[in-house]
Amino acid sequence: MGELLRDAWVVARKDLALELRTRVGLISAVVFTALVLTVFNFGRDPTAVGVLDLAPSILWVTFTFAGMLSLNRAFQLELENQALEGLLISPIDRRSLYLGKLAANLVFVGLVETVGLPLFALFFNVPVWDILAPLAAVIAVATIGFVAVGTLFSALVIRVRFAELMLPVLLLPFLIPPLVGAVQVTSRLFSHRPLSEVEGWLKLLLAYDLVFVSLASLLFPTTVDE
Amino acid sequence: MLWAEGVRYSYGAVPALQDVSFTLPAGRTLALFGPNGAGKTTLLKVLAGLLRPRAGKAGVEGGRSAIGWIGHQSLLYGQLTVRENLRFWGALYHVPSGPLGDRIELLGGRLDLGSLLDRRVATLSRGQAQRAAVARALVHDPVVLLLDEPFTGLDRVAASELSLLLRGFAGGGNRATLLVTHNVDEGTDLATDIGILKAGRLVELAPRGGRTAAEIGERYRGVVAGG
Repeated sequence: MGELLRDAWVVARKDLALELRTRVGLISAVVFTALVLTVFNFGRDPTAVGVLDLAPSILWVTFTFAGMLSLNRAFQLELENQALEGLLISPIDRRSLYLGKLAANLVFVGLVETVGLPLFALFFNVPVWDILAPLAAVIAVATIGFVAVGTLFSALVIRVRFAELMLPVLLLPFLIPPLVGAVQVTSRLFSHRPLSEVEGWLKLLLAYDLVFVSLASLLFPTTVDE
Repeated sequence: MLWAEGVRYSYGAVPALQDVSFTLPAGRTLALFGPNGAGKTTLLKVLAGLLRPRAGKAGVEGGRSAIGWIGHQSLLYGQLTVRENLRFWGALYHVPSGPLGDRIELLGGRLDLGSLLDRRVATLSRGQAQRAAVARALVHDPVVLLLDEPFTGLDRVAASELSLLLRGFAGGGNRATLLVTHNVDEGTDLATDIGILKAGRLVELAPRGGRTAAEIGERYRGVVAGG
């Protein structure tokens, strides 16, 4: 287990170094987040639907699509000079490769969300500061599940043509449960309702994380071999 | 050290390897020639564990840790420096940090990479990148070297330099090297054994003996043409 995690850290550290060196993926995702929030802000009729009714969906749609930009890059990095071949020849466990990619993706998506949340609060005048701790926890729990599945699928589509189109097509159906759960829980938080009202959704989000991180770790070797 | 036993592999219905068998003991360098589509890269990938044979067995003594791989792509990350790349690949092969630093300096000296170690790979010429790729392949001190057309894209001088470097590796008596290429002019001087792969079959395998590159080339062309 120690070696598995140590190798995963080696992979994650390399991905983070590459991203910080170029910042292409990060900047693209942050700019995308700002643009989507701007479009939603000016594209809605504030007199027709209350902002608190729309805000949770807008937040999660924005995070989902911005996250996909980051996920697309996860294995694209490995196509450069056929580095993926080198990784697969190396003695590290395939699961280390997955866990390393997952960790790096969580950092990228987390950074995008960290920038996106204040922008969201600014554009939609949603008072997120007094619910910041539980909101951050919900975002973290939902993001883990989303990124776990996304990392697996980004490996799956890496060798197919139009990978950037294939990823959302494959991934979005799997994201419906955590997205619905995240929207429900966020909605209660914005309305200052007790979380006990959405206990079932919270359990679903946690179970989704547990199941899909485990399942994706197990399935990952078969997606990259041959 | 390196072996294949009745290996078959196919891409869908298209056979790529058919009953390929050989063993390569330590201290030997096998140059395996074949035209495009003969199954050379497929054989290397099977030996490296990248592809699973449909039938038969193949492997390398010591498993994946024992393999150093050099292809026509460097397997290096362009936005990292040569040193960062070598540190990354060394860590993947579980080379401890201290000895890894020493090893990088050693390889930097031997491969004339000293001044390039802190440059990003994306800024290197093809020949420099290939030298860095050799350093990457050797950073964990492998005992088996698998070479997939390593001279592709190199000019005559760079190819000659690479040939010298590989000869240095192959000179170690406890190591084995398998080189595949379609160009008989490349790598012949490194080889202790010569093999010819044609349409997925290993049609010839023999010690090089005293044969010259020209004689080997003539024999190769004869075999490929059907003789």
